[in-house]
Amino acid sequence: MGHSVTTVNFSVNGEERHVTVPLNKTLLEVLREDLDLTGTTHGCEVGECSACTVIVDGRPELSCLKLGVEAEGCEVETVEGLAEPGDLHPLQRAFAEHGAAQCGYCTPGMLMEAKHLLDTNPYPAPDEIEDAIVGNICRCTGYTRILSAIDDAAGRVSP
Amino acid sequence: MLRLPEFEYHRPETVDEAVGLLAGQGLGAAMAVAGGTDVYPKMKRKQFRPQAVVSLAGIDGMDEIRDEGADGLVVGAGTTLDTIANDATVAERYPAIAEAVGSVATPAIRRMGTIAGNLCQDPRCDKYDQPLEWRESEDWCWKAPSREGFPPEDVTEADLPCRVAPGAGRCWANFSSDGAPAFIAHDAEVTLVGGDGERTIPLEDLYVDDGINPLDKAPEELITQLRLPAADGTRSTYRKLRPRAAFDFPEMGVAVAVRQADDGTVEHARIVYTGVGSCPKVADEAVEGLVGEVPTADLVEEVAAVASRGTRPMDNTAYHPTYRKQMAGVYAKRALTDLLELA
Amino acid sequence: MSESVQRAEPEAAEAFDVVGKSLTRVDAWDKVSGRVEYADDVDLARMAYGKLKRATRAHARITKLDVSAAVAMDGVYEVITGEDVPVVFGIMPAAEDETALAQEKVRYVGEPVAAVAAVDETTAEAACEAIVVEYEDLEPVTTIEQGLADPVDEAIHPDHGQGEGNVDRLGSLEFGDVDGAMATAAHVREDVYFYEGNTHLPLEQHSAVASWDPGLEKLTLWASTQVPHYVHRQLAKALELPPRRVRVHANSVGGGFGGKTDPFPHQICAGKLSMLTGRPVKITLNRDEVFYAHRGRHPVLMWVKTGVDEDGRILALDWKSFLDGGAYGSYGPATTYYTGALQTVTYRIPNYRFRGTRVNTNKPPCGPKRGHGTPQPRYALELHLTRVAEELGMDPIELRRKNFTGSHELTANWLEVTTNGVAECTDRVLEASDWYEKRGKLPEGKGVGFAVGSYITGAGLPIYWNNMPHSEVQIKVDRSGGVTAFCGEAEIGQGSDMMLATLVAEVFGLAPEDVALETADTDTTPVDLGSYSSRVTLMMGNAAVEAAQKAVQPVLEAVAAERDIPMERVVARNNRVYDRQDPDNGVEFAEAVKIAEAEYGMIGAVGSYTPPDHKGHYKGAGVGPTPAYSYSACVAQVDVDPETGHVDVEKVWMAHDVGRAINPGLVEGQVEGSVYMGLGEVLMEAWEFSKTGQHYGPSMLDYKSPTVGEMPEVESIVVETVDDRGPFGAKEAGQGPLLPVPPAVTDAVWDAVGAELYETPITPRKVLAALAGRHVGPTEVPDYAFPEPDHVDVPENVEGW
Repeated sequence: MGHSVTTVNFSVNGEERHVTVPLNKTLLEVLREDLDLTGTTHGCEVGECSACTVIVDGRPELSCLKLGVEAEGCEVETVEGLAEPGDLHPLQRAFAEHGAAQCGYCTPGMLMEAKHLLDTNPYPAPDEIEDAIVGNICRCTGYTRILSAIDDAAGRVSP
Repeated sequence: MLRLPEFEYHRPETVDEAVGLLAGQGLGAAMAVAGGTDVYPKMKRKQFRPQAVVSLAGIDGMDEIRDEGADGLVVGAGTTLDTIANDATVAERYPAIAEAVGSVATPAIRRMGTIAGNLCQDPRCDKYDQPLEWRESEDWCWKAPSREGFPPEDVTEADLPCRVAPGAGRCWANFSSDGAPAFIAHDAEVTLVGGDGERTIPLEDLYVDDGINPLDKAPEELITQLRLPAADGTRSTYRKLRPRAAFDFPEMGVAVAVRQADDGTVEHARIVYTGVGSCPKVADEAVEGLVGEVPTADLVEEVAAVASRGTRPMDNTAYHPTYRKQMAGVYAKRALTDLLELA
Repeated sequence: MSESVQRAEPEAAEAFDVVGKSLTRVDAWDKVSGRVEYADDVDLARMAYGKLKRATRAHARITKLDVSAAVAMDGVYEVITGEDVPVVFGIMPAAEDETALAQEKVRYVGEPVAAVAAVDETTAEAACEAIVVEYEDLEPVTTIEQGLADPVDEAIHPDHGQGEGNVDRLGSLEFGDVDGAMATAAHVREDVYFYEGNTHLPLEQHSAVASWDPGLEKLTLWASTQVPHYVHRQLAKALELPPRRVRVHANSVGGGFGGKTDPFPHQICAGKLSMLTGRPVKITLNRDEVFYAHRGRHPVLMWVKTGVDEDGRILALDWKSFLDGGAYGSYGPATTYYTGALQTVTYRIPNYRFRGTRVNTNKPPCGPKRGHGTPQPRYALELHLTRVAEELGMDPIELRRKNFTGSHELTANWLEVTTNGVAECTDRVLEASDWYEKRGKLPEGKGVGFAVGSYITGAGLPIYWNNMPHSEVQIKVDRSGGVTAFCGEAEIGQGSDMMLATLVAEVFGLAPEDVALETADTDTTPVDLGSYSSRVTLMMGNAAVEAAQKAVQPVLEAVAAERDIPMERVVARNNRVYDRQDPDNGVEFAEAVKIAEAEYGMIGAVGSYTPPDHKGHYKGAGVGPTPAYSYSACVAQVDVDPETGHVDVEKVWMAHDVGRAINPGLVEGQVEGSVYMGLGEVLMEAWEFSKTGQHYGPSMLDYKSPTVGEMPEVESIVVETVDDRGPFGAKEAGQGPLLPVPPAVTDAVWDAVGAELYETPITPRKVLAALAGRHVGPTEVPDYAFPEPDHVDVPENVEGW
């Protein structure tokens, strides 16, 4: 088909990756299709739901609106990389225990945004937790248990 | 999965290089992209079909906020919305800007989007910001007359009418930047660099009343920075009308800046709207009635009413234009009331 | 078994080991780790990507369809059109009027007309763009009024429909003597309401992967679907394959809410393309296409007339529903009757007339969305009764109490109410919210509103007529001490996997994590009809408990024999099998299984559930019956800005009679999710179209659904009436709590600022219009000549009310 391709060299969940992909592929597509990291979900691909949130150089961003080539040299973290070796991240445990995941489709994006919140603001007030996930749409839970899970995990993430 | 079309990708390292890549191309043929949050969705929906994308993300030094004392605060064009919204100096001296920029879209988009991108964003319309097949089934419109993007020069509005208010020979797409009214309310100046060099103008002079191209600049001109005047006691706020707490563009947004003397006289005031026409609406006539007066509740109400009369919302957003116009008055009144010591 | 299983368990909840506890869902760990395989995650070797070419006209004959440019394109494997998939199908046998691709005309913008399989999605998309379609426009119909009128050019379905022109469905029933009773009423009131259409907006876009095996001549489909069994049947029919050569696997669904309960064109086209290319084919819909797939909440225009005596007792209710059904049947026949079925389940209505019609329009087909045809009438009835109370000078709560149904009684339309928590839910929610301190007493701008609701715990009838069970479970007991449960149930986020694991675990004395699950695969799991109508906990649950009790029996017997324990004392609890009176005398569960397996051979059993027969025998009697009804009572508190019309919902209290909370945390989660979805419907979601049949904005930006910023605090009160019909007494929780939310919020806005609204959604502009004295909503319904109602005598107990 004659797509222009590019090679992207970046770190994904702590591992150095090198992929050759069409230039017009977004980071979302590269993660899911070229790296088989299907944990990052997608609800709209145009920035209207935030399901596809991943962390790029320490900041949660929408992988659907970032080109793969724009991740060159970056450190990307996805939901697959959240857990510690052999154990879950406190947020994952809290989400599971609080029932913050029903269908689970918004969960990876919520977790990445929540991770950033707790990494930068270890004991957030309730309105700060709300502000952190105000851009993540969930259709199942009504957000109630997502908020309580993040609040609960706040005491368990080392500041 | 909705995917991007193919394009050439350039990543210049200097402004001049970027300008060179953009020069000589028609509107939309080569496009500058910073955060991608405005351009990429529109490319996915085939509203834009640039042959080349010129990323500005590789140009160093575009994302600084610099306090230059009496010369004011300089905000680099590539500064993210998130950085500006959380900057202590901005929050203290130019609160409307922190509020406005902090209200854009969602946290993730604010980390990716830049202030120049926000100021230059493509005006929006609910007959235009739709998928390709939707627009095809509506027989296109002048702003996006085919699968190819911006109209070719030989197509006029008479050929392919505006779907909102046909026959005026113009596009009525809605200006939707939150940043613009707030920066204008604080008398910001914008610096542009193009093929002919650099120029600095009041930010409000960048805009013209056109839904297709609201920017009075050559396609290859790039914003490099904004300059805000030094703190002088001006207080400000930004109020945004929208259905939800995130995602939604301003159905109407108003930035209000005032400075009041110790005796209560208003020394300076600006009311600037977004979301109610194809460019920012600066209500300078309305505030003429305020400057030099010691404001009362009645005066504030009247000033707000006059200000709202200058707005031109069209039926191309979620809320009804009559309601938005009505709220333009209510929100301006409330903002003035909160900012001013009333007699 | 035709009735529910009798359990020999003790009554106190403390006597259960896992039932009644808010345990962590067994599927939570996959979901927080990114391990869940949704349908779009499926990736097979040589897989092709498919795309549908969709109609750009709302109502038109196809005059030209030229796929040659697409066929010739590099990287395109196959292109199909209506000729390749001409078999007519549909979810309801009474309404089979769809084909996978349009046949000679298109009936809505977005209807699929061709499908392409190609090497990648971009190529498939380019191929679709290269397909040339020309149309000859026919006059589109986009409103209920237009649907009732004579078609201008031709009917949307000239060969179908129960009525003239575009009238698709008709229902006309009278129970008792409405006119006679109305004439004796001390007070009569009539109102008109409109409930706007809306859509499910699942976060996961529909997706399916089909793979044809030319050697076995077998098609496998992985799909995001709530109903693998129904898809199995319709896929086999549409592709003209023997059902036993079709395998459907429902992946974990990223949100359904009723939007993934139809067989869909993209599933059938993926199958056909795979058969033709010999490659697996994946079709995942883009977000705008999800709006075209739709099958969402019908817009319903309703006329309500009630006659009451001087004490406020309802003597008669006269009802008309006008449904906008979109272009195809979907669940329409059921929806039509649902708009008239459950009014009688909360209030004793001795004389009741229901007349309903569903019209076709040139818009995406409407179907079932959470509550399926009952939220709309519930909204109207609750607001109407509050108005009636006010006109009588009565407390709206007292009026309701005078009319509440009781437990174990038949309604005028022959619905069997078993346990009934409506009064208790009302008491509890009024107390929790301090209702009487607030109603009419809060400062200007703040207000509280009240409503009740009721919903079915599984439809009493299957979608296609048959005498077989509705849910079947197979259990295998493993000598490692684990148990595997096989069931066709589909996990859509509501927690059905956890229900299966928990109920089986309870019987075996294990933890839910020890129950391995094999689900949602038509080859390997027995039939469960699907995740719709809130049926799974009760129907699958009863089948699971039956299977588990049968399967554990030989284990108990073998240990009883080995350990010399009388059968009436041997129990399986806490991972052991032992003498209840001498707990030390027993063995670990794994050991118990080995003993049993050595004695009896493989240990396993099956269980089935069929709901009780419904009591009514009239046309439409099949819609409304259920093993048991849930009940909900809701108070909503709002803060309304009278200058802007903005409505902020501050708090929602919901008391929900769930029978028994198998997992209270999950029940509360369903209450919270139902409140969220009800708020979306009453405050911002609207299915809006232009006159030419174009959806206003098929995106997650234009179609507004609430963020966390709009969500209030929710206080859930779980009420347990312990219903014999449900496993351990359980009834439903996934849909009932949505019903009272829209009327409670609307009623709260009235209490807050005196703004009355007769339609959804509430927008700030409408609030201001109401405050300015304008009537917000319709004032009349079409003067449509319904057929004479079928007259039905009411049950005896109704006479005695």
